[in-house]
Amino acid sequence: MSKLQSQKDYENFRDRLKKKRDPERLLVSLCAGSGCGASGTEEVREALEQEVSKNGLKGKVEVKVTGCHGFCEQGPIMVIYPDGIFYPKVKPEDVPEIVSETIVSRQVIKRLLYKDPVSKKRISKEEDVPFYNQQHRIVFGNNGFIDPANIDDYIAVDGYFALVKVLFSMSPEEVISAIKESGLRGRGGGGFPTGIKWETCRKAHGDIRYAMCNADEGDPGAYMDRSLLEGNPHSVLEGMIIGAYAIGSNQGFVYVRNEYPLAVKNLGIGIKQAEEYGLLGKNILGSGFDFTVKISRGGGAFVCGESTALMRSLEGKVGRPTAKYIHTVDKGYRDSPSTLNNVETWANVPVIINKGAEWYASLGTERSKGTKVFSLVGKVRNTGLVEVPMGTPLRTIIYDIGGGIPKKKKFKAVQTGGPSGGCIPEDFLDLPVDYERLAEVGSIMGSGGMIVMDQDTCMVDLARYFVDFLKNESCGQCTPCREGITQMSEILADICEGNGKEGDIKLLEELAVMIKRFSLCGLGKTAPNPVLTTILYFRDEYETHIKDKKCPAGVCKALFHYEIDEELCNGCRLCALKCPQKAITGEKKKSHHIDQDKCIKCGICYNACKFDAIIIH
Amino acid sequence: MTTIKGEPQVKQEPIDTAYLDNVLEQNMQDPENLIMILQDISAKYNYLPREALNYVVERLNVPMSLIYSAATFYKAFSLTPRGKYIINVCLGTACHVRGAGKIKESLEERLNIHEGETTEDLKFTLETVRCLGCCALGPVITVNEKAYGGLDRGKALKVIEQYEREA
Ligand SMILES: Cc1cc2nc3c(=O)[nH]c(=O)nc-3n(C[C@H](O)[C@H](O)[C@H](O)COP(=O)(O)O)c2cc1C
Ligand code: SF4
Ligand code: SF4
Ligand code: SF4
Ligand code: FES
Ligand code: FES
Repeated sequence: MSKLQSQKDYENFRDRLKKKRDPERLLVSLCAGSGCGASGTEEVREALEQEVSKNGLKGKVEVKVTGCHGFCEQGPIMVIYPDGIFYPKVKPEDVPEIVSETIVSRQVIKRLLYKDPVSKKRISKEEDVPFYNQQHRIVFGNNGFIDPANIDDYIAVDGYFALVKVLFSMSPEEVISAIKESGLRGRGGGGFPTGIKWETCRKAHGDIRYAMCNADEGDPGAYMDRSLLEGNPHSVLEGMIIGAYAIGSNQGFVYVRNEYPLAVKNLGIGIKQAEEYGLLGKNILGSGFDFTVKISRGGGAFVCGESTALMRSLEGKVGRPTAKYIHTVDKGYRDSPSTLNNVETWANVPVIINKGAEWYASLGTERSKGTKVFSLVGKVRNTGLVEVPMGTPLRTIIYDIGGGIPKKKKFKAVQTGGPSGGCIPEDFLDLPVDYERLAEVGSIMGSGGMIVMDQDTCMVDLARYFVDFLKNESCGQCTPCREGITQMSEILADICEGNGKEGDIKLLEELAVMIKRFSLCGLGKTAPNPVLTTILYFRDEYETHIKDKKCPAGVCKALFHYEIDEELCNGCRLCALKCPQKAITGEKKKSHHIDQDKCIKCGICYNACKFDAIIIH
Repeated sequence: MTTIKGEPQVKQEPIDTAYLDNVLEQNMQDPENLIMILQDISAKYNYLPREALNYVVERLNVPMSLIYSAATFYKAFSLTPRGKYIINVCLGTACHVRGAGKIKESLEERLNIHEGETTEDLKFTLETVRCLGCCALGPVITVNEKAYGGLDRGKALKVIEQYEREA
């Protein structure tokens, strides 16, 4: 491939690609994202290749190995076009039938179709699956059509057209105005207006500027950045090139977590191909604009997602945050003006340029525009990545898209915003999700983690979980954060172990105020949030732990035990067979009994009993 | 950082200087790329051998204290040898609420080591991670780079058995 050297070159090349791609052609889209990969995509792909050549279909059907489609829990996912037939959880042994029935004869195989857990109906098309049909996927929508290792796939869906538009018909100032008008705000946590950040960086003093992508994805439970980089790396790169043009930068970095090997690989391929096509590097598309991108792999420290720590880590140093009175847009990497944006923020940029700022601003709410990708996980039926317009109510996300809570359990809370966020109880299920409304109830948007919890989650244990997480991740340079979080962790451990004292809640609240006020970086400043929101909404659960020494959810081992209800137990023996400690005894068809000395409270029997006969005491 | 249970049976292999030269070359001998240099060393040896670090000190002309501070700050690095199979149990929030703690306990019990330790035969190291990015499949573990999702106690133990059988 010779380099594309002008707008015309690009357009001719794209149009040729489009012409070659008949929308009526047979196409199998097989997801090989990290989720589906863990469920066995590779074996399915091998079987598919074998069957295709066995049936003499080579050249007649195209097999596209793509990134994440979003519905990872149902992986490996296969969609067969032009009919859009959706097969979840495909196994290698299903493949011969899929090839002979669905690909050759275009018949649907009923037993392989998705069964909606709510309506119990079989659904044949991807777009009719409730998990998908209420989403609005402007950033994620193309993942199913793109082989991330093939730049042509991205160009065939008008990829890099936004870049062409920017380079040949917009000044940097016009790009900045468009982003400002669109209302785009950072998707990495703070929600800072992206256009204003770019403008400040452009105006900052300095000869060299840097454009950077934060792919450290620290929020445990959120994985949209990973899926975007793995599945559609060019959308992120295109956003970065446009941003670099706007701020006047010729050098960019992507800081990726070390735990994301596939993202590093696909991004690396993407950069190489974009360079070969003349879309990255010197004199991009003959416009005279130069921009190169390097990948930097992080070392696995949560705090390195913070902007100043990230810059230090890029410089090869220990990632300790520095004071923010000097902003990184003025003095960031190597003390030069630097613009750091999140992966999803960058991926929104080409969409805005293509469809217009006004269109973008028409989506969402008054002050939160566009869509947001949420990682809907935990105790919810349909788990995966969900992209909806800002302002969509929690209930729509959890119940209509997520299918509600499995196993007839009760919803308890949803945690948003990661370790800096909070827990939102049932009373607020109708809350429209945007930056402001989440803040009103004591949580934050964060990067879009949405962890659903049911009656079996203990809120004190959850608070302890986050505090312990942050205790381990604090860089330790300021006392309030290092010592304050450690104290909180000890108090919470006492409460969970049955040593809680009167006054502990008050002490936690006082510590929270101190930590929030006197910590240097965002980690410390937000660390108490999960504790504060659980105290605010689930105070009675704390009190039960402290006063009655009981854990109603059956999580804190010192504060509960399992018992078998004589009335409800029918002696089916299932629990006794499954107990790893052989702690359960009883005669067949008669009520069983747990030997408390042997029981290790693993909960296997509790989950196994089909008659709800095992009770938490 | 990980520790080995019992007396480690490590053979001190000589350091492959050709490999190190290549790593340094690829990272342009730039101290700014220190973290990636350490990652590449770790990829080969599973840990950061002292001799390799000495070599980096010499070639990059940086103090050992700098390397040491990076090596102890970042989770990805270990200064002691790790097992052939590094098991990472995800303790991220999504996995936590679906019972990751119990998976960790059962693996600790089975391998008779604690989090951060390596078995005596240097076969397994048990580590935890704050999220692997497969949250929809929680609880998740990885063994080296392969991920296993949708686990419960029994399934997790089966995964380990599979590796126990391998040499
Ligand atoms: C402790 C801490 C961890 C953070 N981790 C991340 C992260 O993993 N990914 C991210 O994009 N932003 C993270 N941020 C926010 C960044 O500091 C920064 O605000 C963001 O990358 C800016 O991009 P945006 O404006 O596009 O959101 C973190 C902040 C703090 C305080
Ligand atoms: S608040 Fe905590 S993490 Fe942030 S700089 Fe201070 S000690 Fe480090
Ligand atoms: S599984 Fe339930 S019903 Fe069956 S023996 Fe155990 S407690 Fe009784
Ligand atoms: S909780 Fe676990 S150990 Fe205790 S009785 Fe039930 S299965 Fe056995
Ligand atoms: S990885 Fe396949 S749907 Fe997410
Ligand atoms: S929380 Fe376990 S993979 Fe994300």
